[in-house]
Amino acid sequence: MITVDNLSKNFLLHILGEKRIEACRAVSFRVPPGGFLGLSGPSGTGKSTVLKCLYRTYLPTGGAIRYDSAAWGPVDLATLPDRAVIDLRHREMGYVSQFLKVIPRVSALDVVMEPILTRNGVSREAARQRATRLLEQLRIPRHLFDAYPATFSGGEQQRVNIARAVSWKPRLLLLDEPTASLDRGSVEIVLDILKEMRGEGTTMIGIFHDTALLESVTDSVYSIC
Amino acid sequence: MEPLIRVRGLSKRFGPGCDRCLDSTGPEHDTNVCPHCDSVTACSDLSFDLFPDEALGIVGESGSGKSTLVRLLHFEWEASGGSMELHRGGAAALWPEIFADQDQFSANLLTMSQFQKRQIRNALMGIVYQNPHLGLRMQVSSGGNIAERLLGAGWRNIAGMRERAAELLERTEIPVRRMDEPPCNFSGGMQQRVQIAKALSNKPLILLLDEVTTGLDLSVQARVLDLIRNLRREFKLSMLVVSHDLGVVNLLCQRTMVLKSGRVVEEGLTDQILQDPQHRYTQLLVASQL
Repeated sequence: MITVDNLSKNFLLHILGEKRIEACRAVSFRVPPGGFLGLSGPSGTGKSTVLKCLYRTYLPTGGAIRYDSAAWGPVDLATLPDRAVIDLRHREMGYVSQFLKVIPRVSALDVVMEPILTRNGVSREAARQRATRLLEQLRIPRHLFDAYPATFSGGEQQRVNIARAVSWKPRLLLLDEPTASLDRGSVEIVLDILKEMRGEGTTMIGIFHDTALLESVTDSVYSIC
Repeated sequence: MEPLIRVRGLSKRFGPGCDRCLDSTGPEHDTNVCPHCDSVTACSDLSFDLFPDEALGIVGESGSGKSTLVRLLHFEWEASGGSMELHRGGAAALWPEIFADQDQFSANLLTMSQFQKRQIRNALMGIVYQNPHLGLRMQVSSGGNIAERLLGAGWRNIAGMRERAAELLERTEIPVRRMDEPPCNFSGGMQQRVQIAKALSNKPLILLLDEVTTGLDLSVQARVLDLIRNLRREFKLSMLVVSHDLGVVNLLCQRTMVLKSGRVVEEGLTDQILQDPQHRYTQLLVASQL
């Protein structure tokens, strides 16, 4: 499904006197369709960098990211034109960031509904139902559905973030510490949702701080050091 | 997917120009004024595509050529060079004469007659300026401002135009009972919303937004941005969003182009521009954000 070959990323900071920072190098791994790969390693070793290169928020410096896309066939995400990347993000590639970054002044329910409405071609009512079900499953209190997530607690924000990322059922899901700010009960719920998605065939690559968790949810682990 | 419009090599120079203009201006010289002949290269060799239902961000400091770009595309200024072509899907039915037999793209719009440019502008484009005085007649009623634009686009029925004006003002959150008041009675945020109503009245394919939230206070900015976001979703507009505010393009645009001294220094996905800027100037711009 996805083959990363000798991926590297350097940052060249012109405004700090051409300072060069090596964020990751020689990263290579393979994830089969429906697989779940965990990335492990101490903080600062470039785990998030790898995910951001896959999602193309970062431009890779070297190497290839071969992805068998449903829409475009085999592509190299490292060099794919911007418009095609936008299209893949829209159709099949999801990303859960460490923190919720949502559009201001949009209610929690709308935040979760929005990707379903724009991507899945379902009615407003169907989208509302799916979003409501997800938020309930993630134990977001009902009276918060029409409030702005910017005012939520860290854990609530992160659960809304996860609901938004999984709501439209992407084909490939990149997870950057999705459970970092969650209590034990919420972590279990999130893992159940991820398990459900894998059952439906979603391929995943994820970073989890907790090594026991990492080993229990993924089916292989790539260590970056 | 094919772009809606294709812009290639767009340039604008003020002054006589000389052989050394292009080599002595630009981001590496940090100026767009030629030291040899004092001509200003307001923009040079801008090329980009704007796709259907896409919002493309244009960022850069003042003097970088952002507004020049908008004025050239809106046919307000004559370009010194370059082309702007329309895809067949956008307009072939309206002006078959601008499309050669099999070509997917029209002839260069920038070199057409004033009459043809006006027709194309009235039918396809809407514009919202930073300064509402540029987009509105301040002493004419708000409804009249919209009617003026509808007249330009070929409407003739007074009752129909009034109805359309009321519908648009309601959509942009201006109380309809105030449609007979002139915009000079309105607050800055309201004037901006009347401009948006006017720009949308002819159901444009392309909306040009030139620093639309600059100078508005924060809560008003937020309302205008919310409005634009909702309208975009509703009308499937293609937008060119010119702003010096990275927050605005981050909110509205998937792709962004960075201008400096009249040249494109970088273009890419908006999140990539903000999190992994490549060019020295973009790095400075991102690092300067509050």
